[in-house]
Amino acid sequence: MGKHDDQLDMKRREFIGKTVLAAGAATVAPGILLTVARAANETRGVTSAVRWGMLIDTNKCADDCTACVDACNKENGIDLVQRPEGASDADWNAQRPQWIRKVKLRDMATQVVTTLPMMCQHCEYPPCVDVCPTGASFKRADGIVMVDRHICIGCRYCMMACPYKARSFIHQNVENQLVAVPRGKGCVESCNFCVQRIDAGNTTTACQEACDKAGHKAILFGDLKDPESEITRAFKTHNSRQIRAELKLNTGVRYIDV
Amino acid sequence: MKKLHYSELWCSSPRYWGGLALLAFIIALGLGSAYYMEHHGHWVTGMSNQVVWGLPHVFAIFLIVAASGALNVASIGSVFGGPMYKPLGRFSALLAIGLLAGGLVVLLLDLGRPDRLIVAMTKYNFKSIFAWNILLYTGFFAIVGVYIWTMIDRTVNKHYKMVGFAAFFWRLALTTGTGSIFGFLVAREAYDTAILAPMFIIMSFSFGLAFFILALISAYWWAGRQLGELRLTKLKNLLGVFIGAVLYFTLVYHLTNLYITAKHGVEAFVLLNGGIYPVMFWLGQILIGSIIPLFLIYSPAFSKSRFVISVASVLVLIGGFFQVYVIVIGGQAYPMSLFPGKEVLESSFYDGVVASYVPTLPEAMLGIGGIAVAMALVAIGSRMLKVLPESLEDPEDECA
Ligand code: SF4
Ligand code: SF4
Repeated sequence: MGKHDDQLDMKRREFIGKTVLAAGAATVAPGILLTVARAANETRGVTSAVRWGMLIDTNKCADDCTACVDACNKENGIDLVQRPEGASDADWNAQRPQWIRKVKLRDMATQVVTTLPMMCQHCEYPPCVDVCPTGASFKRADGIVMVDRHICIGCRYCMMACPYKARSFIHQNVENQLVAVPRGKGCVESCNFCVQRIDAGNTTTACQEACDKAGHKAILFGDLKDPESEITRAFKTHNSRQIRAELKLNTGVRYIDV
Repeated sequence: MKKLHYSELWCSSPRYWGGLALLAFIIALGLGSAYYMEHHGHWVTGMSNQVVWGLPHVFAIFLIVAASGALNVASIGSVFGGPMYKPLGRFSALLAIGLLAGGLVVLLLDLGRPDRLIVAMTKYNFKSIFAWNILLYTGFFAIVGVYIWTMIDRTVNKHYKMVGFAAFFWRLALTTGTGSIFGFLVAREAYDTAILAPMFIIMSFSFGLAFFILALISAYWWAGRQLGELRLTKLKNLLGVFIGAVLYFTLVYHLTNLYITAKHGVEAFVLLNGGIYPVMFWLGQILIGSIIPLFLIYSPAFSKSRFVISVASVLVLIGGFFQVYVIVIGGQAYPMSLFPGKEVLESSFYDGVVASYVPTLPEAMLGIGGIAVAMALVAIGSRMLKVLPESLEDPEDECA
């Protein structure tokens, strides 16, 4: 995240910001109703002066803990998604939405075992946004990548393109959902850094809060552009890296010791 | 020069109506399956968050690729001036439209939200190759439609050459676009290669021609018209060349991948140890789809048999279907390497393991419904338009 990355970033942000504000400047014909719905929930207080990001210290992530996953499921209404009657265990596990998951790894050379949470890495250059035909996948000015469920057509191209398998398709009917986190059968969704909390002025995600509460403090969420923020300072003192760094996506989520 | 007469496929026989009724029935089953999948959600299919594109995509991509290839015969006639092919141009263009429509119907009905078609048509993200494809497909219908018109209507016939060229380049772009849907996926090892787009073009030649030969033989059989030996032999030999070309590209594709050490894993998966996928590759694509048809086509013993030519074409299509299956599904089943040098001990999201995918009946019905849509459009089109010469007897001298 050097200086020049930020510069590039500005251009893209301006572009996306304008798209959102001008409500469909990037579209051929205006889908007026949909666009208005979209502009209304995005523009509030979103600024490119901020880039939200996350630093995960795998040393602190506990093996048998799933606090972050549980908190995410609750915060985002994922626990409300019902298992369809007649779906086998295998089907359900492969088809239910998962925004964040725990992964346990063993280094083949050193045998060291690591556990870590995986979720959308909020790429600065997100392949999911590039491939989305309708622009439903988009990156906000503050770096949050999310899906506009009003214009997602459920083509799943973004899922093909995401290098982190971060996205889930809603395979079943949705009976119950939270007002703040709309969900629809046939659309794609993924971690959005608890955007509803951020937009309400909160500065932590549900997963970080839960991890802190469980006493591990493995997840640090914050503004990568604020030189005073805890996360920026932690970046300076720790050796962190991006997963699949060779793809040069400049992810907003970084890991210590993987 | 003998004048060619084109006329509508006019047969009131039960053969025609019975065939059409059968197609309508298959289409209805396909629509029913699509409704079933949309109504319950995709959980009733074999698709999951790991294998997100299933059997319907295999059918759709197969048909779309074949569509552009079906136009080949017309292109040879008008762009390259092949006199034996020119009389077949109209039918070839009609078939191309039919196949593309069939493929798109499947693609559309497999969306999570097919009801949002209007969104897909009005909101474009121009960075997305998918959005480009929507434009390419729409344009293809328009250009090929005009192409047929210039071939049929004498008053606009003077534009025939120009439109022919336009159609030729458009379809190359279309197949490149379809191939690029995969070529741009840097995330997945099997796809991250530039050779996929040209390979799709060669595949389109082969599948498209196989479809064309079958459609032509059945149309003339349906209508009880004459179809000369010479022309069929030419088409058949051309098919042989295309099959060889696909084999060559397949070879280059795998050799390039084998050259890149990091891709040895995915290569071994497709060629050796990936369970069903190597079987589909060797048995489906290579043996059934290439070697046997090549033998049938070039063996002097069968050279004249219409039945054998048809069988060879069907085998090419079956092999091509497996080829697309291995590319689409196999490429997704192979685990993405998120953490090189590490093995995944546990993950609730199937990280690091081969994803399983078992297609379900509704998915297959939807796909077969797409083929039926293509065939029905061609059958109806040939009855309404003058696309088929009344007789395709071999010309005494080689001109048409
Ligand atoms: S991790 Fe995947 S879903 Fe998230 S921004 Fe990157 S490409 Fe998109
Ligand atoms: S599934 Fe939705 S968000 Fe993903 S690429 Fe398609 S339209 Fe865009």
